Amino acid sequence: MIRNESRITPELIAEHGLKADEYDRILKLIGREPSLTELGIFSAMWNEHCSYKSSKVHLRTLPTKGPWVIQGPGENAGVIDIGDGLACVFKMESHNHPSYIEPYQGAATGVGGILRDVFTMGARPIACLNALSFGAPSHPKTRHLVGGVVAGIGGYGNSFGVPTVGGSVRFHSRYDGNCLVNAMAVGIARKDQIFYAAASGVGMPIVYLGSKTGRDGIHGASMASAEFDEDSEGKRPTVQVGDPFSEKLLLEACLEIMQKGCVIAIQDMGAAGLTCSAVEMGAKGDLGVTLDLDKVPCREEGMSAYEMMLSESQERMLMVLKPEKEKEAEAIFRKWGLDFAVVGETTPTKRFIVRHGGDVMADLPIKELGDQAPEYKRPFVTPAKPKEIDAESVKAPVDIGEALEKLLAAPDLCSKRWVWEQYDHVILGNTVQRPGGDAAVVRIEDGPKGLALTTDVTPRYCEADPFEGGKQAVAECWRNLTAVGARPLAITDNLNFGNPERPEIMGQFVGCIRGIAEACKALDFPVVSGNVSLYNETNGRAILPTPSIGGVGLIDDFRASATLAFKGPDETILLVGETTGWLGQSMYLREICGREEGAPPPVDLTEERENGDFVRALILDGTATAVHDLSDGGLLVGLAEMAIASGIGAELSAAPSDIPAHAHWFGEDQARYLVTARTPQVAALLARARAANVPVWTIGKTGGDTLTPPGARPILVTILRERFEAWLPAYMAGEQ
Amino acid sequence: MKAAVLVFPGINRERDMARTLRLISGHEPAMVWHTDTDLPSGIDLVVIPGGFSYGDYLRCGAIAARSPIMDAVRGYAAHGGLVLAVCNGFQIACEAGLLPGVLMRNERLKFICRDIFLKVERSDTAFTRGYNAGQVIRVPTAHGEGNYIADADTIARLEGEGRVIFRYVAPDGARDAAFNVNGSTNAIAGIINDRGNVLGMMPHPENHVEAAIGPTDGRGLFAGLVEALDRAA
Repeated sequence: MIRNESRITPELIAEHGLKADEYDRILKLIGREPSLTELGIFSAMWNEHCSYKSSKVHLRTLPTKGPWVIQGPGENAGVIDIGDGLACVFKMESHNHPSYIEPYQGAATGVGGILRDVFTMGARPIACLNALSFGAPSHPKTRHLVGGVVAGIGGYGNSFGVPTVGGSVRFHSRYDGNCLVNAMAVGIARKDQIFYAAASGVGMPIVYLGSKTGRDGIHGASMASAEFDEDSEGKRPTVQVGDPFSEKLLLEACLEIMQKGCVIAIQDMGAAGLTCSAVEMGAKGDLGVTLDLDKVPCREEGMSAYEMMLSESQERMLMVLKPEKEKEAEAIFRKWGLDFAVVGETTPTKRFIVRHGGDVMADLPIKELGDQAPEYKRPFVTPAKPKEIDAESVKAPVDIGEALEKLLAAPDLCSKRWVWEQYDHVILGNTVQRPGGDAAVVRIEDGPKGLALTTDVTPRYCEADPFEGGKQAVAECWRNLTAVGARPLAITDNLNFGNPERPEIMGQFVGCIRGIAEACKALDFPVVSGNVSLYNETNGRAILPTPSIGGVGLIDDFRASATLAFKGPDETILLVGETTGWLGQSMYLREICGREEGAPPPVDLTEERENGDFVRALILDGTATAVHDLSDGGLLVGLAEMAIASGIGAELSAAPSDIPAHAHWFGEDQARYLVTARTPQVAALLARARAANVPVWTIGKTGGDTLTPPGARPILVTILRERFEAWLPAYMAGEQ
Repeated sequence: MKAAVLVFPGINRERDMARTLRLISGHEPAMVWHTDTDLPSGIDLVVIPGGFSYGDYLRCGAIAARSPIMDAVRGYAAHGGLVLAVCNGFQIACEAGLLPGVLMRNERLKFICRDIFLKVERSDTAFTRGYNAGQVIRVPTAHGEGNYIADADTIARLEGEGRVIFRYVAPDGARDAAFNVNGSTNAIAGIINDRGNVLGMMPHPENHVEAAIGPTDGRGLFAGLVEALDRAA
């Protein structure tokens, strides 16, 4: 008999975020009224965050396979083969709502959660990245959120001991009430020692490891599955508190028992804690699970079954151990000062049974809780394509140089040094390319192989045209990896959208997914892991659609990787890719003309691939001395960034006569790169380009200490650097 | 050179340090667990590496300084054994009484990871013989609490006895408050004890030793130690 602690009222059901039809489904499934603990378990498993009920049907359309893919979506993280018997394990995940409510702890536990996903699979984390979206700088909460989120990411990663090597930061009023914190972790494992969640074997001990369980984070996953309103800050108690020290111990202890061959299955306790981890282990292994909550190490006295099952206390793991290795594993955990308790066992029944104080508190079918949770085909409307903007109709700046200076100081384009200097990006001694370039490069173990890592998305493109925006996010990620010389291998996607119950939001989601899928197919760039964050709305106003793409590429010798800094004077600057002067949705249009309009630049995936393959070859054979991908801000901003990184100036040739000059300098056409080469090598390079059918133009020469567009005044590189570096520190100091 | 690298819970640069020691000395260092009561026999260098021992949840280094192994380290240092204490190691060494002073929150209250410039004040110590006195080296810092403070008498003594070994300076070697990354008194980045066998420093020379990865100015410290020890042997 199930002990019921309280009557199940319609209010209680609604408080658990369950819809009437979902509750009916529960009644049918178990043939009786659920206990409060059971209701909590259903709410934890069937909320959007854990069940992907609105998104699953669309996620299935993403390409997830490739000869180098070892594990695609569905596990704690994706796994790809990087040769030499090694695998790269990575994933990106959001922690948006907690970070808005309590920025330091919200962001910190976001990092903690994603690191745990990676080392749960047997990998030692080697790098972290992130993608952050904040409200308008003028919004009263923005400064507080930026400060707290950055400190939280640093506070966790620095202490845990993983370098945070890259990321992106943007500002837009559409994130005013709902910032986005997407954290990505990357680890390295031996290919033959990857660990999975699926339990196997009946009567195997289920072991609880790590920190004790407290009352923190109860209903965290449900909170992440609801919209925000004025009262959301009252939800602060649902935010967990991170303990990177315990996580570091957990990492070392887990890797040690894995290496000693003690582990059959392992699942970290993230969203919905003990509930989600136990159900997933059982459901994936087609087994039942019985938990005895009296054995769970608790931080507080008198915790109920309901609280223990829904707690999101951090730094905890659930494992199925080989019975004969239990003592050895326990000794290792004790050595690291961590809790170790056998809290249950696997059963042949496919039932999820929870006991507490001698009573059965829950007895539920495990498959329906886990991999057979509800699924929706929500209605959606495809947004109308916006009109293309004719460059001729866009106002030219009074002074090209002044427009450039203004763009370099724009919040979305300026240097993010203030952010990444708070992250330890050199620990482990493998950071070859630090933050600030197109992609970070980290050496793999003792080399010579290296991984290139980046996160990308252009939300204003996604808002204007979800399909093109989805394509562009993937293409830009691929381009950034290519720009350092890496072969792009796979991505993790972190899909942040508004309320999926609104057809126009669902339309954005579906459009972006279609775009992502098309680009991934065309570029052989499969999705191996990801996370969906919906209900990013406050008072009915949704965020910009933000499908963050985290990419991983491989370079055979990290010493061959390219950087964006000019390398010396008198080198020739070349532009790879077609320039049409596309100003729709450009930074120029927004920052200089105050217009957020038009169709975003289309992405031709064939060109993208041909141009990228050409540039990568130039890097690997040493022809290219510096490389930079072109994206936000266009050609002149890209050139300025190369000059700023090196202190070397450049003299530029005139814009082609068929394009307005400002569209030439600031248009955001895709599939483009800037490359420098030693001048004697240029003729051969151009001949190769012709043979490969890749459009390449020489557009100038490096040298001097100014950037000089034709017909414009020369601008000192030191002035450009000052503009580029000044805005964010001044803003954070309250001076802007 | 045979080195022992101490490992406390929460230490996280022990692998960086071990790799650098191996790279430069050609010998694998011994990793020593905090609950051990003895150092391995035959070692000629103890390294207390960086990290966040015990999460830095109490005063940085305070708990690690009271670990069983630290009695052995104090005994080893008292007999003239060389101890290199970096970052959290420096904090631990101060808390353990091996070095004077304390490391406070950075002046601007933020964790800072940045390449900085150090002036090597002396080249006649076991730790700095690989450099020239007055040389400026570029190494990374990565800390939130590196602001060195001691009472006026202690500072005067350290300065008077030439025990300030590294100082934060501008790239050209000039003293400049803008380059004093954490606001340390007299821009102090590293000091030695009165006997000259214990060095504490906040920056990470162990992260700048390989040309393929970046600058190599950290090499001199380790190469100098190897040379000093080989000569002594």
